[in-house]
Amino acid sequence: MAENTDWTRKTAAELADALAAGETTSVEITQAHLDRIAAVDGAVHAFLHVDAEGALAQAAESDARRAAGTLLSGLDGVPIAVKDVLATDGLPTTCGSKILEGWIPPYDATVVRRLKEAGLPILGKTNMDEFAMGSSTEHSAYGATHNPWDLDRIPGGSGGGSAAAVAAFEAPLALGTDTGGSIRQPGAVTGTVGHKPTYGGVSRYGLVALANSLDQVGPVTRTVLDSALLHEIIGGHDPKDSTSIDQPLPALVEAARQGATGDLTGLKVGVITELSGDGWQPGVMARFQESVDLLVKAGAEVVEVSCPTFVHALATYYLILPAEASSNLAKFDAMRYGLRVWPHEGASAEEVMRASRDAGFGDEVKRRIILGTYALSSGYYDAYYGQAQKVRTLISRDFEAAFEKVDVLVSPTAPTTAFKLGEKLDDPIAMYLNDLATIPANLAGVPGISVPSGLADEDGLPAGFQVLAPALADDRCYRVAAALESALHAQWGGPLVPKEIA
Amino acid sequence: MPEILGSSSPRGTNGRIEITRDEVAHLASLARIDLDDAELDHLAPQLSVILESVASLSEVAAGDIPPTSHALPLTNVFREDVVVPGLTPEQALSGAPEVEEQRFSVPRILGEEA
Amino acid sequence: MTDTLVAFDDVLASYDPALGLEVHVELNTNTKMFCGCPAVFGGEPNTQVCPTCLGLPGAMPVVNAKAIESAIRIGLALNCEIAEWCRFARKNYFYPDMPKNFQTSQYDEPIAFDGWMDVEVDGETFRVEIERAHMEEDTGKSLHVGGSTGRIHGADHSLVDYNRAGIPLIEIVTKPIQGAGEKAPAVARAYVSQLRDLIVALGVSEARMDQGNLRADVNLSLAPKGSGVLGTRTETKNVNSFRSVERAVRYEMQRHAGILDEGGSILQETRHWHEDTGITTSGREKSDAEDYRYFPEPDLVPVAPSREWVEQLRGTLPENPTQKRARLQADWGYTDLEMRDVIASGSIGLIEETVAAGATPQAARKWWLSELGRRANDAGVDITDLGVTPAQVAAVQALVDGGTLNDKLARQVFDGLLAGEGTPEEIVAARGLAIVSDDGALSAAVDNAIAANPDVADKIRDGKVAAAGALIGEVMKEMRGQADAGRVRELILEKLT
Repeated sequence: MAENTDWTRKTAAELADALAAGETTSVEITQAHLDRIAAVDGAVHAFLHVDAEGALAQAAESDARRAAGTLLSGLDGVPIAVKDVLATDGLPTTCGSKILEGWIPPYDATVVRRLKEAGLPILGKTNMDEFAMGSSTEHSAYGATHNPWDLDRIPGGSGGGSAAAVAAFEAPLALGTDTGGSIRQPGAVTGTVGHKPTYGGVSRYGLVALANSLDQVGPVTRTVLDSALLHEIIGGHDPKDSTSIDQPLPALVEAARQGATGDLTGLKVGVITELSGDGWQPGVMARFQESVDLLVKAGAEVVEVSCPTFVHALATYYLILPAEASSNLAKFDAMRYGLRVWPHEGASAEEVMRASRDAGFGDEVKRRIILGTYALSSGYYDAYYGQAQKVRTLISRDFEAAFEKVDVLVSPTAPTTAFKLGEKLDDPIAMYLNDLATIPANLAGVPGISVPSGLADEDGLPAGFQVLAPALADDRCYRVAAALESALHAQWGGPLVPKEIA
Repeated sequence: MPEILGSSSPRGTNGRIEITRDEVAHLASLARIDLDDAELDHLAPQLSVILESVASLSEVAAGDIPPTSHALPLTNVFREDVVVPGLTPEQALSGAPEVEEQRFSVPRILGEEA
Repeated sequence: MTDTLVAFDDVLASYDPALGLEVHVELNTNTKMFCGCPAVFGGEPNTQVCPTCLGLPGAMPVVNAKAIESAIRIGLALNCEIAEWCRFARKNYFYPDMPKNFQTSQYDEPIAFDGWMDVEVDGETFRVEIERAHMEEDTGKSLHVGGSTGRIHGADHSLVDYNRAGIPLIEIVTKPIQGAGEKAPAVARAYVSQLRDLIVALGVSEARMDQGNLRADVNLSLAPKGSGVLGTRTETKNVNSFRSVERAVRYEMQRHAGILDEGGSILQETRHWHEDTGITTSGREKSDAEDYRYFPEPDLVPVAPSREWVEQLRGTLPENPTQKRARLQADWGYTDLEMRDVIASGSIGLIEETVAAGATPQAARKWWLSELGRRANDAGVDITDLGVTPAQVAAVQALVDGGTLNDKLARQVFDGLLAGEGTPEEIVAARGLAIVSDDGALSAAVDNAIAANPDVADKIRDGKVAAAGALIGEVMKEMRGQADAGRVRELILEKLT
């Protein structure tokens, strides 16, 4: 028995092993994380809601199952945090918005149900940019999340809460969602791992939609193996999601374990010309280049690949996303749930809708709703939404052509390391540029993972390395990311860890 | 940071894309958001900047390209016509701002019909 | 404000009407369009709802296969092309009875398009071209409270029940129907009525207009006679009986002409039909502000019915209506005139069911066209909505054939049926309507009649048998109609000859 073990420092795989070996209990592990949250979350603000009672009850049930020999999964008893954009039966779900303050869904998202069916205690709900619109988590109506590497900096977004919770050892695992990079970009700037699955690979039922044709739920963890373990629990076909792929998942954990052996012989890697070079932070590019060199050392063949239409990805994204979002967010109208504001006594339903939506939505949400309303309105549809859908096809074709030449594509995950809180808050375009490298994958529906590549020399902050694979080939992401991770850990003598939070 | 949004294409010849304050007010009305004057003043120029930055998209030659509305080529995803349990009325109404007679109570509706 | 109406004949002297009909058919699937909640009418409020049809954040739609099948069958029965590939789209507008503030519908890719239906009016056939039949979902229902009569104006607030939200609808839209002239109102009525018969024959909907399973919106425009152009149209909503369809078209023709005659122009708008007063009033204006911002529903994948499936469904179609009418006329032995009246009354389906339930074609026609047709007319409802079923009519006729009832007593049974007093047999028993054929009672009544009318009795004794009719009438009066007239006649003749 390890009396003084800090369970919060262990990976999910290590916790599962310790539980299996009888070295600890789920209640002990869960309590350790709740204690950690109590200690540091005042500074980090990764959580919007902590469910200590519920998590401990689920942990106790897990321990009982273990005693009875009726375990539900390999991660039974390992606690997890859930992004607040996923519906949780009986737990508040706000999407970081005032308009949903106090809303408690009467149902579980499919991924949440799968966590429960696999026996993972749910620690709480993590902070996010309002309705997942943002790259810094500063657009949360409940205050920004702080990057555990430097509390004055952003943790990325929209899933800054999940990434920060994992980076700050408040949770070993978290769920994120990724519409244009909301899993991968926070992963990059917090030094954690995040995977956006193939579109349709993980159920969206119960994910409060931002842009339905782009959204995916995925794992947020500290290691590649942990992401694969979590992905296998949440992934696979769901008849409640019409866009869900009715095929078995590839063997993700196996791919991660195989990659960790460090052998990439025979693998062809393409460096995307358009997603590197001038204008990218030198320290980020340096770590990227070193990582590419490590892949070569592991036996991979690396070539440059051009995806010429990627330069239009951001513009395409910022037409498609607001269009879909403007329609998705129409349901928040103060009639059936959420905030209801009376502008004056005896106001009509329409006046109450207008006032409630004005009071309940933040600036970024309003910006995008209006932009989307514009892009869909008659007379502009063809020029904006219609044209964006066509360019989207061209972006997919770029991927198809590239994947005829190479097995995976790589790029830095984000152009810069974490910037200062407030720095880009009122400059939407500067904010949008953070997602430059992550957006193409969402537009084409292909999977992508971000894995830490080291610290930039200029600021000592984490940078991320992105691996993109063809649709359904999520296993390739895990294999390559695990190979890189194991080579880097060997170099660093273990994972990169932020200094203790004061 | 260089201009990255569509940097390979030249700007359109038809000059700046402006979205006027009145247009923003009209769009806000369509979207049922009661923007006040200060918000309109703030949002209109920001939206113009965003629209300008996506304008290069119109110059991508995509005339014959089929639009992508779904990233995956799935078709015919159906459900059997079998009843499955839904919510109880208590669950259905649990988030409602006001409830009366097991119904959602909403402010008076203007106009005669949908 | 009162509208100036032009006499109907004068309208036709100056203008050509163009009609357009949009009919919403509520399908009778077990479950809703996009979720597994029961798709049934009524029920305690908010008991047939789930996250999807309540529009809760995060919930997603999944298409009901049976609804697609019904849509394709309707399309095929209307001689439409069936799309090889089509999508659902979001129609964005805000309204409290619409949970998501967009309706999942179809926009420029309907599942069925370019069809036709032949309708018969006064023995003449009109081909109504069908533009499209598309799938969509119904809305919830609002109850307006605190105001005077449950109407929106003056209401304090509204109470919304979402049980109906998400029930599958098929909207069938015609192309403009031109050239009907004076028959425009009758063509409109005949189209809706024959469309209903088709829907019933397909078995895809209860198709009751009074229950809202079948809802018609009537578009009408006038153009200067002979110009061949289309004028500005109005769309009259919620016309909820065949009779009202005809009346609404007629009214709008007269109203449009009143405005055009005075040099005015028609406002393109929605109008509301008022069943009680028989007029339309202005609803909301269709302005440019109505911008539905349609785009493909990203939560659903395209529907691409295989040609094999379509052909298999074509094999399940009922007989084509024109052939069916010809066959029924031959089977039933109706004259052309009789058949024309049956078609005009909208009771062809009712007669078919009545015959199937055992009545003769002539008896079925007699009841539906005369007695029940008159009652429907008096009540101002369609004959299909009268509340008497074909099975009941057949049961009443069986009682007549068996000698329990005569026609006069049968009418009283229909009174009882409309008053909800039970089955025909129960009504006969409860009201004591059975014919008296007990000779004791009849004999006494006959004796009374003879005693009271000695001069008539003498005539009969003298061989003027025809005079018996007067005595029979007396007896029937005394027996309050419940006598078997044939037996009465026999008794009179026995006693006097």
